[in-house]
Amino acid sequence: MSESLPISTTGLVKRYGDIAAVNGVDLTVERGDVFGYLGPNGAGKTTLLRILLGLIRPTSGSAKLFGRDPLVDGVRALDGVAGFVEGPRFYSYLSGRKNLELLADYDGDGARSRIDSVLELVELRDRAKDRVGGYSHGMRQRLGIASSLLRQPRLLLLDEPTTGLDPAGMRDMRDLVRRLAGEGITILLSSHLLNEVEDLCNRVAIIRKGGIVYEGPLNELLATAATGYRLRATDPERARVVLLSQGGVDGVSLVEGQLRFTADEEAVGRAAIALGQARIGITALIPETASLEELFLGLTGGESSDHDREAIVA
Amino acid sequence: MTAAVAKVYRWEIAKLLAQKRTYLGLVSAMAVPLIFVVVLVLQSGGPNDVPLGRYIRDTGLATPFVVLFFMSIWGFPLITALVAGDIVASESQNGTLKTILTRSRSRGEIFVGKILASITYTLVIVFAMGIVGAVAGSIAWGFHPLTSLSGTQVSAAHGVALLAGSLALYVLPLAGIAAFAVLLSTVTRNSAAAVVGALMWALLMQLLGVLPGTEAIRPYLLGTQFEAWHGFLRIPADWTPVIRALWVCALYIAAPLATAFVVFLRRDVAGD
Repeated sequence: MSESLPISTTGLVKRYGDIAAVNGVDLTVERGDVFGYLGPNGAGKTTLLRILLGLIRPTSGSAKLFGRDPLVDGVRALDGVAGFVEGPRFYSYLSGRKNLELLADYDGDGARSRIDSVLELVELRDRAKDRVGGYSHGMRQRLGIASSLLRQPRLLLLDEPTTGLDPAGMRDMRDLVRRLAGEGITILLSSHLLNEVEDLCNRVAIIRKGGIVYEGPLNELLATAATGYRLRATDPERARVVLLSQGGVDGVSLVEGQLRFTADEEAVGRAAIALGQARIGITALIPETASLEELFLGLTGGESSDHDREAIVA
Repeated sequence: MTAAVAKVYRWEIAKLLAQKRTYLGLVSAMAVPLIFVVVLVLQSGGPNDVPLGRYIRDTGLATPFVVLFFMSIWGFPLITALVAGDIVASESQNGTLKTILTRSRSRGEIFVGKILASITYTLVIVFAMGIVGAVAGSIAWGFHPLTSLSGTQVSAAHGVALLAGSLALYVLPLAGIAAFAVLLSTVTRNSAAAVVGALMWALLMQLLGVLPGTEAIRPYLLGTQFEAWHGFLRIPADWTPVIRALWVCALYIAAPLATAFVVFLRRDVAGD
């Protein structure tokens, strides 16, 4: 039932002058998903999150969170929803705890009683009395997660949560996201870090110039890539002839003594037996699965960032 | 005030109390009457050409009235604008606006809480000046009956009541400046632009009031309303400037606030 979907957008468009930051986005995030919203810088990832959180108004189309449109229902659409865009921001002249008390009062619903437990969870209890102005970037990110958890969210929207963190901080943040997902919270994770998405997400949307170029399960995306193999054998020339005679084996080439071909797993098994029967020794058979990075670069046209749009669209 | 607005208001006050600029304004408002009294104690002359100026050494109660006159030109407008011009813009600039807008309070509730906090601050600085002025003046020259603008004397207790009424009336045109500062704060999203813009607006209102040929509009200028309290200091009271100040200031407060409210409700909160 679409009404209860954590996120559903239909024909969502946000224009800034001639540039469409979000360009006809139809997105569905289902309960329990850890959904990666993946695109180069300037592709419009943050703009979508801003629309979902009711911070900006779409030019056209609709966005619903658990069936509620922020444009129509205002902050009621954020019931059960928490998150941040472009990094969490706090009052630097107040302590971490005071910031959480303020936000808990804005939330109501007994959020104040959860302050200690969320501080504990993000390991900030010892520094809670210090002013946020003195916090490191990583501590602010963790405080951002803590402030989101005050709302006991069913849906968490995280915008590049590991950006700017050191390797240990990144690992801790990803562990935390994994843990929250394990507790059944649906997560939309905007990121340009492919390994992060590959590590955490079960479904992805890949964004290019504001539009979605792929949406679906991550494993299906990876499976769409043709699986290739590299083969080293005791007699490469004869091995090439054997491979050419095998059904299901395509694109056989021999370069500098190394064979390359594409095949599904079953055909590879048959080819290995045929090579053995022809008394050709296999010294190496290496699968070459396309990485998410290769798929991503293929889908986004190889852009690492969309420089023309970056200044306008975040 | 709803419970939700009350919570927002309480936190707006807490935020003001945690910021240096709040104390900068408050201390300035309290220091001016102190300096004024010290200077007058040390010298023999006086501000004879301003209302109640010639009675400054007759009673400490005259001090805050005289300081009101001097601070209306740019002192109080600047202190008011320092806070009101910052109250939305600083949150835009620091990104905290999106933090609070993604919780469970509506934009309307947040806006009203901010307005109430700005007006509270204006009220506090005016009354702080009044109290410090009256106390410092009374220490220097005693707590004696006050000579009204009509030349008749009123008891010290009556003088205190007149002072309270005058300070309250004086807050109205300042609230008009605060409202304009909030509008600029909301629209420009830039604290400095809002503070300077609001001060320019206050000075323009004062300037228009002294230019020749503006007599017809003068009673309706915001700057003129800073003198409305003179009506209280006449025996019997002259209610004409008081009533005019009430509705003229209401317009100067309502128009910018209504505009700011609509902008705040509808604006995109992006990467300011």
